[in-house]
Amino acid sequence: MARSLVRGRRTRRRPRSAWLGWLFALPAVTVYLVFVIRPLLLTVQYSFYDWNGIGPATWVGLDNYVRLVTDSELFATIVHAFELILFFSFVPVLLGLAVAATIRRIAQSRLALVARTVLFLPQVIPLVAAGIMWTWLLSTTGLINQLLTAVGLGSLTRAWLGDFDTALPAVGVIGAWVQIGLCTLLLLAGMSKIDNSLYEAARLDGAGPVREFRSITLPSLRQEIGVCLTVTIISALASFDIIYVSTQGGPGNATMVPGLEIYYLAFAEREIGMASALAVALTVLVLLCVLPLQRITRDGTR
Amino acid sequence: MIVTRRETLIGRALLVLLMVLTVLPFISLFVTALHPSGTYPDGLSWPSNPQWGNFADAFSAANMDRLLVSSALIVLGVVPLSVLFGTMAGFAFGHLRMPGHRIGFLVFVLGLTLPFEGLITPLYYQVRDLGLLNTRWAIILPLIGLFMPFSVLWMRAHFVNMPDELSEAARIDGASTWQLFWRVHLPLAKPALSSLAILLFLWTWNQFLLAIVLVDDPAKRTMAGALGAFQGQWGTDIPLLCAGSLLILAPTLIIFLIFQRRFVAALLQGSLKG
Repeated sequence: MARSLVRGRRTRRRPRSAWLGWLFALPAVTVYLVFVIRPLLLTVQYSFYDWNGIGPATWVGLDNYVRLVTDSELFATIVHAFELILFFSFVPVLLGLAVAATIRRIAQSRLALVARTVLFLPQVIPLVAAGIMWTWLLSTTGLINQLLTAVGLGSLTRAWLGDFDTALPAVGVIGAWVQIGLCTLLLLAGMSKIDNSLYEAARLDGAGPVREFRSITLPSLRQEIGVCLTVTIISALASFDIIYVSTQGGPGNATMVPGLEIYYLAFAEREIGMASALAVALTVLVLLCVLPLQRITRDGTR
Repeated sequence: MIVTRRETLIGRALLVLLMVLTVLPFISLFVTALHPSGTYPDGLSWPSNPQWGNFADAFSAANMDRLLVSSALIVLGVVPLSVLFGTMAGFAFGHLRMPGHRIGFLVFVLGLTLPFEGLITPLYYQVRDLGLLNTRWAIILPLIGLFMPFSVLWMRAHFVNMPDELSEAARIDGASTWQLFWRVHLPLAKPALSSLAILLFLWTWNQFLLAIVLVDDPAKRTMAGALGAFQGQWGTDIPLLCAGSLLILAPTLIIFLIFQRRFVAALLQGSLKG
């Protein structure tokens, strides 16, 4: 028995069946190649052409990319996407940290268990629905203005999504609402894994809540914070659904983001080349933002 | 000890506040849906004469029955195949570890962060050339491919933790690799499989971009795509729009509340692995 076990281990990588694994991976590899890798390469190819999608395409080299950097309207979409990171990502992570640190002690209470369900609601509904909901809340007669009037700040009321100055932050608030529950619960789950004796020792040494948070909680949450940032930054850079239903990129171009601009360029203005160049830029930006984060979180866990 | 009690109290208050902020938009939507059709009600006011009929009107205006069937068909097309393909590849990369498995897996991992908008233009022409525009296949087939990085990563994480001894024992009993996968490993992977299925269901059901680009007829789209069309059509009738939005998001909400434990676990793990 023992001998056959040893032999089993050795022969597991018999030459004859060594490649068999690829047969198992074949369906996944095929659909991935056809519906992800091929389109990805085509996007890169299209980005070097001037093409309206129907007629012949003309090679224009890097012209589309030059236009992307020099055309202020196109470049503004990328700037907007980075401004949205502030709302979609930093606000939920910072608030989530603050909230989770405060409620850590009651993580096992019945209230916290109910909260686990409730705080996930925005993650379960379509983003389009979140957009429609908040469009109504932020409208002239909506709840936000109603509340402002009630507390005597009636002078601040406005059509939040229709105002050039407030439209982008208003869209950001919708994103923050979607992400904050997930971030809070992820960070809370991370905190529940921290050994409680650490906190007791800190208390005995006379550490206050702030010191406790900085010295124990924060360092232990490296991985969870990295995850929250990764997920939310991708959703900020690739935002589409919320903006499509709440502002369509307006007023003017105040809330135009790369995702929406790609859609308009490709399917309304028939500028396939330009749309593809922006798509490549967006993909590269996401990778540039997310890959360093992956490295940080990996190092933290090993 | 008094300090701790005060902290607990603050914690509870904060948690309640956060829950109120989460739920308030839903309540506003619900209350507004009960106002007379065509009016502009105030943000949060209970109507003097609640119009429950708005929900029935929205049900027929949104073609809810057809939407439910359509979304269910799309989910049935996407989820089982994605789970099967993802599991087989996850088994290969995580357990069989054939030559080149590291590079193969890395290529899948890279696909994890790709924004769908970056691929949508060529996808449109590809689907058109296949003659599938405006059919449900236009959503189903690309989604299976687009979900593959996550599915493979998710299932590999499961298989990588399965002890090799298990397979060795089965091999000694004369199991082929296929039997090993099908009879030994698949039954053990059930928790990972069901979590993956839940996440894929949710993402398929809520998929918006592919639905609006690849399918013109709202009745052949996903729920989220149909909601976009409904907003375009009834966007000026606020109470009806609110009623329709509630109806369209109700199915996921109901399924979520029924299976909430599994959903919460899957969502938490899902973001950790994603």
